Amino acid sequence: MANPANKNSKQVETTGHVWDDDLREYSNPLPSWWLWTFYATIVFSVVYWILYPAWPIGKSFTRGIATVTVEENGQMVEKPWNSRTQLIEEMQSSPSAVKQREYIEKVGKASYEEILANPDMMAFARSMAKGYFGDYCAACHGSGGQGNLPYFPNLADDDWLWGGKVDHLQASINNGRKGNMPAFPVQGEAMDDLATYVLSLSGEQVDAAAAERGKKGYAMCMGCHGAEGKGNPMLGAANLTDKAWSVINIPAAGSLEEKKRLIGGVVNKGIQREMPAFASRLKPEEIKMLTVYVHELGGGQ
Amino acid sequence: MKHESIEINAGLLIILTLVVVSIGGLVEIVPLFHIKDTVEEVKGVRPYTPLEQRGRDLYIREGCYACHSQMIRPFRDEMLRYGHYSLAAESKYDHPFQWASKRTGPDIARLGGKYSDEWHTQHLIRPQNVVPESIMPPYPWLLKNELAYGDIENRMKALKMTGVPYSLSEDEYQANVAEHGKEMADKLHIPNARATLEAEANGRNLDGDKSRITEMDAMVAYLQALGTMVDFKQYEQGYFANFR
Repeated sequence: MANPANKNSKQVETTGHVWDDDLREYSNPLPSWWLWTFYATIVFSVVYWILYPAWPIGKSFTRGIATVTVEENGQMVEKPWNSRTQLIEEMQSSPSAVKQREYIEKVGKASYEEILANPDMMAFARSMAKGYFGDYCAACHGSGGQGNLPYFPNLADDDWLWGGKVDHLQASINNGRKGNMPAFPVQGEAMDDLATYVLSLSGEQVDAAAAERGKKGYAMCMGCHGAEGKGNPMLGAANLTDKAWSVINIPAAGSLEEKKRLIGGVVNKGIQREMPAFASRLKPEEIKMLTVYVHELGGGQ
Repeated sequence: MKHESIEINAGLLIILTLVVVSIGGLVEIVPLFHIKDTVEEVKGVRPYTPLEQRGRDLYIREGCYACHSQMIRPFRDEMLRYGHYSLAAESKYDHPFQWASKRTGPDIARLGGKYSDEWHTQHLIRPQNVVPESIMPPYPWLLKNELAYGDIENRMKALKMTGVPYSLSEDEYQANVAEHGKEMADKLHIPNARATLEAEANGRNLDGDKSRITEMDAMVAYLQALGTMVDFKQYEQGYFANFR
């Protein structure tokens, strides 16, 4: 309790209660700004109860009289306000949504040739798809599409396992991909020769005699990678004759021995890679923009 | 009773304070048990399979909820980034629900199916392996620890007491068959729990090692189930607005 001597302005009444002989409590009125603010909050809450969902009654609750106008089955209808009707309204008619939808519809109707040839639509697709890519693709393929070996292929080069045309890319995004190479138990010298031959396909400087011996072992690889090692985009089989490696990082390997060891690892263990399907998650227009984005990212074919 | 007698009796003051506070609490809480109009009627929401349920326990053990929410709010920007807003019905079998409130990492209410199993495994071992910019800590022990599932039946029975429709009797089993189909009903049958869990873990082989069932198997199974149960293409947007 404050010392009454400090309160020299005017005498304040006490509550009348006395404790321990001389302990009293001042009965100061609340500051009027505080009191009026308090009354205002009460008035506000009454207005709120009337306008918005508020009071529980039995198994239901008061819906409030505020409304939101939304489009339903082609007609504009008034619905009671709640966070969900407001969201519908915002998705339908907020200025940014309207502006965006105009472009989305335009892109949705256009063919890939038309989009790729139209700088305006490309600019829109690029900026929209950048967001989708960041959210759905970048976790695996990297924020710039640079990939992450051995699991996730590079999208930023012009080497495509499953084909680099827009149709191929769209199919990849829609349905996902299952990359599968069986394991082959090749060991010792035979493996060494096979690895040497595979390296020779992409112009690596290797022992020609060993490569020649390895060619026999390559017969089991031809079914998918082709007689000349050109790969097969129908099966997702890699082209072994270019210098782009989509599972192991050959250019980074220090020595020839290291390169052969890496190839041996792939042959012995096989590959199981999976990309999820996005057709049920993204809208067709969104996949379209994403396709264009990835196509552009990697210098698509 | 005079005000003074309350003020000078500490015991009486405590009791009356409790009465007043509990009235406030009851007025706020009790109606929530009775209001049926806010839980959406949707098809597809089911209890977690035994493997997913164990994954969910690990999710709680590791404190994932401290950085990840599982609650997409009904805002335009959240719809655009994360997908359809979360429904009350989608967490009706979550005890406790994992809505959380802080997003140090992204919301993961609709994580299921977004990335591959392999990605999740690599990401949990060391997030920076796949997302260099990530600040998430690594959870490598998930792959090392064998999953403890000896008490899975008891865990499911406990959840059953809170209202999660795992089945014990033939009638309950048949009800699940009608609701979720035979394949899923088998997984939700408590007497099958252990065999179901082993079959699911080995069938999907999420951690890439068939010889053992690790915590990674369970965690990834749970993460891949998140937000996938309701098929939103079946419903008009206006439908869900009727429940608010």
